[in-house]
Amino acid sequence: MASLFDINVFGLFGQLLIGLINGSFYALLSLGLAIIFGLLKIINFAQGALYMLGAFMAWMVLQYFGINYWAALFIVPLAVGLIGVIMERFLLRRISNEDHLYSLLLTFGIALILQGVFTHIFGSSGLSYKIPAELKGGFKLPFMYLPTYRAWIIVVSLLVCGLTWYMIEKTKLGAYLRAGTENPKLMQAFGINVPLIVTLTFGFGVGLAGLGGVLAAPIYSVSPYMGADLLIVVFAIVVIGGMGSIGGAILTGLAMGILEGLTKYFYPEASTTIIFVVMVIVLLLKPSGLFGKEA
Amino acid sequence: MMTGNEKIRIRDLHAFYGESHILHGIDLHVMQGELVTLLGRNGSGRSTTLRSIMNMVGRRTGSININGTETLELPAHRVAHLGVGFCPEERGIFASLNVEENLMLPPTVRSDGMSVEEIYEIFPNLLERRFSQGTRLSGGEQQMLAIARILRSGANILLLDEITEGLAPVIVKKLGEVLVELKRRGLTILLVEQNFRFAAPIADRHYVVEHGHIVEEVAKHELEAKTPLLNTLLGV
Repeated sequence: MASLFDINVFGLFGQLLIGLINGSFYALLSLGLAIIFGLLKIINFAQGALYMLGAFMAWMVLQYFGINYWAALFIVPLAVGLIGVIMERFLLRRISNEDHLYSLLLTFGIALILQGVFTHIFGSSGLSYKIPAELKGGFKLPFMYLPTYRAWIIVVSLLVCGLTWYMIEKTKLGAYLRAGTENPKLMQAFGINVPLIVTLTFGFGVGLAGLGGVLAAPIYSVSPYMGADLLIVVFAIVVIGGMGSIGGAILTGLAMGILEGLTKYFYPEASTTIIFVVMVIVLLLKPSGLFGKEA
Repeated sequence: MMTGNEKIRIRDLHAFYGESHILHGIDLHVMQGELVTLLGRNGSGRSTTLRSIMNMVGRRTGSININGTETLELPAHRVAHLGVGFCPEERGIFASLNVEENLMLPPTVRSDGMSVEEIYEIFPNLLERRFSQGTRLSGGEQQMLAIARILRSGANILLLDEITEGLAPVIVKKLGEVLVELKRRGLTILLVEQNFRFAAPIADRHYVVEHGHIVEEVAKHELEAKTPLLNTLLGV
């Protein structure tokens, strides 16, 4: 019974799980990008480097200050978010009236600097971070073995994505964000401090990348280029979901992770390109993305 | 002279969009409870005057005093909190919000704003359509929503830009009734208006703007005598 149409059920579910975990990271990162793009119209190329920074910070605070995983889970996203606030306030704001290409280049430069600095200090081979004791082990499900930490990643990521979606789509603060995206000048005229909202939003979007980094530290090798590899895929996902669509970014992130997992099982050779194939098809058929509004 | 119930006092206001110099020394004032219009041809600087008050243009020089506070150096988001509500020419209804979200969007700037119930009483259409997407409303309904949301915020100095533009006569009539009611409640209104026949019976005073200057001021009682002059200035 384990084999249905010659499909190894264990192998299939294993790949699905990996896909779902990758999808969780895709969702977290593309959500951050979508929020930032939606309000600031900035394509943040540093998002991957800030995810890497999150992972390194988790490693460093444990190594140098003995701050454990649980505390890092709160401290690191806040610290990365604060770095985002500083980036927006002192760098991006200065060029906010220029073409979007400038902010793209600026964030790309920041990404390169961060990667260079961390390679210089820690080398590029990668550091390991232990899974916290509370999340070791796993569950034996009838069709597969589910490591606790992997389940934890999926739960945290879905929870954070869900809460973020709710905050943006259903609350007053979210209404400010959505309206500020459409017509920031009028929002100012209504008495809303749009520059402050912009700064905090950038910090929040970047903080999501930091959280992703902490979650990733125990299962991926903490290395300077961990974010750069991920970011290219995440950009493809944002394009597929539709630039600026919050729900679209989350759903597409998860869906593309799963699709990648399935491809790894059925036709492994295509697993690294499948997302880009989907991107090309989406761009041809619906350039605004699956969930984007028609321009 | 600044008197106690002067709500807006503008002196020698110049405004620039980038390199273009749009306003060339506007002087005007609006008293508490007054309804004053800015008349003039398209491009004369009437909308820019309102947008300058809201700090929505590029550079400004001169003086804009609102409710006794000099606002030229205030950041844009602080102006509304002096009790100013702005209704832009393009109405500015947010497509990503439904009618009720649009209505609730502007933060409260004064405590005695209209309640939502009161607003739905004045604009029953909005109640019926409160869960529709804001931009799905008809032009008239969008205009009502644009006015309603600044009334809910408690603003008592209203800057209204071309609110009757492109609307059916029955809706224009309704808006006229609303303005009369707001005036009765003591609100101060500065109205940019193309439709002189709409503005004439409800306004206390008119300013005629031309090339970024005030070229004429007409009080209600002078209207009949100055009609030929106005016709020449406005090109009607």
